Amino acid sequence: MTQVQTYAGLDPARTDFYRQLLHRMLLIRRFEEKAGEAYALGQIGGFCHLYIGQEAVAVGAMAALRDDDYVTSSYREHGHALARGVSARAVMAELFGKATGCSKGKGGSMHLFDAERNFLGGHGIVGGQIPIAAGAAFAIKYRGGDQVSLCFFGEAAVNIGSFHETLNMASLWDLPAIFLVENNRYGMGTALERASAIDDIPARGASYGMAAEVVDGMDVLATYDAMQRAVERGRSQKLPTLLDVNTYRFVGHSMSDASHGTYRTLEEVEENKKNDPIGGLCGRLLDEQLLSHKDIEGIDTEAIAEVEDAVAFAESSPDPDPEELYTDIYYD
Amino acid sequence: MPILTYRDALTEALREEMERDPDVFLMGEEVAEYDGAYKVSRGLLDTFGDKRVVDTPITELGFAGLGVGAAMAGLRPIIEFMTFNFALLAIDQIVNNAAKISYMSGGQFRVPIVFRGPSGGALQLAGQHSQTFDSWYANVPGLKVVAPATPADAKGLLKTSIRDNNPVIFLEGEMLYNTKGEVPDGEHLVPLGKADVKREGSDVTIVCYAKSVAPALKAADTLQREAGISCEVIDIRTIRPLDTDTLIDSVRKTNRGVIVEEGWPYSGIGAQLVDTIQREAFDELDAPLLRVTGADVPMPYNKKLERAAKPNPQKVIDAVKQVTYTA
Repeated sequence: MTQVQTYAGLDPARTDFYRQLLHRMLLIRRFEEKAGEAYALGQIGGFCHLYIGQEAVAVGAMAALRDDDYVTSSYREHGHALARGVSARAVMAELFGKATGCSKGKGGSMHLFDAERNFLGGHGIVGGQIPIAAGAAFAIKYRGGDQVSLCFFGEAAVNIGSFHETLNMASLWDLPAIFLVENNRYGMGTALERASAIDDIPARGASYGMAAEVVDGMDVLATYDAMQRAVERGRSQKLPTLLDVNTYRFVGHSMSDASHGTYRTLEEVEENKKNDPIGGLCGRLLDEQLLSHKDIEGIDTEAIAEVEDAVAFAESSPDPDPEELYTDIYYD
Repeated sequence: MPILTYRDALTEALREEMERDPDVFLMGEEVAEYDGAYKVSRGLLDTFGDKRVVDTPITELGFAGLGVGAAMAGLRPIIEFMTFNFALLAIDQIVNNAAKISYMSGGQFRVPIVFRGPSGGALQLAGQHSQTFDSWYANVPGLKVVAPATPADAKGLLKTSIRDNNPVIFLEGEMLYNTKGEVPDGEHLVPLGKADVKREGSDVTIVCYAKSVAPALKAADTLQREAGISCEVIDIRTIRPLDTDTLIDSVRKTNRGVIVEEGWPYSGIGAQLVDTIQREAFDELDAPLLRVTGADVPMPYNKKLERAAKPNPQKVIDAVKQVTYTA
């Protein structure tokens, strides 16, 4: 079994980069807290799956990508969209179902899209996005490009057919794809070991001849490093990678689900919260004196302001025109 | 005009469109080295190479979804299903992704993809290999559904479908591949959503498409010759979008209609056509609209039972006599 990679030390010359990572993680955390409140107020409808606790995965992974790479995700994708650079305004407005949302109010929480950023969407059927990401990788190879296609999905998706069908094709055809398993241990309320005969996810990669790695997904820099190796494998060798990124969801599966109770204990959740990815990065930056408490507070204040602005924008944005009901069904 | 089989007309369309646009590629089981299970892709591997004519594992859901992603990234995939019976394994990708992504993304992404392959009843292939799912796909907004009856339409509609910016379900008649007909050389494009009046008539409108066109025409011949009943036969050619105008114009003239389809009767294409016609031309009708369909049973293996399960000219004749009250 592959060893978990951890990040060795910080480089003072890269403080700005660390600051950006911290800012993105805080932005996602504050955004999701606000989204939870707006949901409770009835401003956001439908299903809403928050990303609190998993911020290091999206932020660390996305930091290793170029703008022309492709990203595909699941329905827990607010954080992925924000980490990809979709504005907090456009994401919040989409959650509010407004015309100014990143999918014009037609997709909602589970279907955020951004063509300009090659963000191929949030997808609501478990595993449905995995072959789509391979298709983007196929297109890259077809055109002789050196981009990569990154696909996020949860660990529960490793038992669905599309995962196996896609890993086989990606390995068979040497596609520059990165299959990033966000392993938060529970598919809704079912623990990985209760659902998988083999819970060693890298072994699934091995069965398709694909390089695989276990990553500490509570460590944004470890995630970034592992992603860099995967990106390099994709860009220069045109080979796919499977990453088993271990993380933890501090909140329930969706807004209608308590954070603990039937399938996990309060103690377990509290224990994992001690390993907060944001607190972890802050601690190291403070220890190595790259940022001060005041710096961190400043970054957080900035993130909070950005989210408040996003909520105000979403609240004041118009609903889609009634005519929008019948547009975009077919592309002219 | 050259005479081609329906199969060769499809091959010609694929070849011409692949020559015209380097973003077009063909993917599916046995499409390359084997020349296609039904030989529709014969010779394409030699011309275009294995980058553009891609053999896949038996993994319908996987390669259908891969096609959707490739289309979102700007290519124009043609995904061949060895038969549409096997496309059921891929229907999640067709319905949940191909059909929805333009809408769910607020029109940011297009999915220009053709899912094509043989469809409909075959010969003694029994319950799992001899089915008609046209109404399943036609039910879904975001998909276009095309079903050519003749070699010329096979070529012209496939070329148009490949150039369309939306997902197109292209249903080839498994029993039509060997039929022959005149096919225009080169640039022959048939628009989607335009029916073809195969035979003009004044007494009854017979609506049909794909494999049901032949029995409809045969019935019209017999009825004219033996009973003096003049039938107008309309091949709708595309199920979605539907050329409602041509249908209604015809019913206004004949005041009677019979719909012929291969599929099962319950919630079938004919049910939709009946709805459309009664809504748009209720006052013009002099008789109930009748449907000739496949029997409401899984397709049996036995030859005689199978024959009884399919539409045929006699069933069409009987229906026309009923609506003209000449039975």
